[in-house]
Amino acid sequence: MKAVISLVLMLYATAGWAATSAPHDAALETRYRLLISELRCLVCQNESISDSHADLAKDLRNQVRVMMEDGKTDREITDYLVARYGDFVLFRPRFKGTTAALWLGPFILVGLGALVLIYSVVRRRRRAGDVPLTGGEQQRLRSLLQDVQGEGKG
Amino acid sequence: MRARSLIPLGIFAALVALLWAGLYLNPREVPSPLIDKPAPEFVLPQLQDPTRQVGSKDLLGKVTLLNVWASWCAACRDEHPLLVALAKTGRVNIYGLNYKDTRQDALRWLNDLGNPYLVSAFDEQGNVGIDYGVYGVPETYVIDRAGIIRYKVIGPLTEENLRTTVLPLVRKLEG
Repeated sequence: MKAVISLVLMLYATAGWAATSAPHDAALETRYRLLISELRCLVCQNESISDSHADLAKDLRNQVRVMMEDGKTDREITDYLVARYGDFVLFRPRFKGTTAALWLGPFILVGLGALVLIYSVVRRRRRAGDVPLTGGEQQRLRSLLQDVQGEGKG
Repeated sequence: MRARSLIPLGIFAALVALLWAGLYLNPREVPSPLIDKPAPEFVLPQLQDPTRQVGSKDLLGKVTLLNVWASWCAACRDEHPLLVALAKTGRVNIYGLNYKDTRQDALRWLNDLGNPYLVSAFDEQGNVGIDYGVYGVPETYVIDRAGIIRYKVIGPLTEENLRTTVLPLVRKLEG
């Protein structure tokens, strides 16, 4: 990766004579766009630093660009920002102790819901099959059956 | 059977309690990962004398408040009288980090409103601000003798947070 970037940077440097304000190379630009859309702006919180017009977002975009041009990997850049602003700066925070509830919570809730559902369905079905009739119900059943038999004869 | 029928009510009550508590949280206060870590090193020109420098090494040896401020920051104006009063008591060293300001505006501010700072560092580009994870000026860091950040107030100091949190912590760190 580093080799590629330095190659790209070298090419960029040689192109410098042609156009001093030449655009950054496309691969780096794509990486840059992608990364800044993954980073949260702490001022506007629901915006990425790519979308935000806050001053801090501008500074952080600049910082990301400088670090990329220095040949830093995405991981190194996000590590740098997490060390300063915390996991909150990432829209998709890394999985670790403090973020486990965030990542696993929904699955645990769905799992619990499924357990409750299965439990209650099984219970209901079993109850429908197993519960014996009370004395009164037995009597009523018998008299109904007799009525039916009586009608059959008549 | 009766106890079972209370379960949905219990779940509902728990949810209400959770959301109720959420109403009183401030989403703008993002806990800093720098708490209990060494204060990031820096060396910057002094605000009042560009030929001299001030740095993180100057903060060592005493419990210090590092207050991030700027003349363009409205909330800084609210907390400023408190800092001036606190500086007068001499209970704690207060250093300033003048963040993304112009020297002229910052000096006028100190001139007009009083200067509670032993020294203010002049962070014109905001690079030291990034190292300290500054995202909402004013911010105040409580740094112990060994240069470890122990607490961070995000937003203005108030009489209340000084009395209940910052000053007791300073006293404890001075031990």
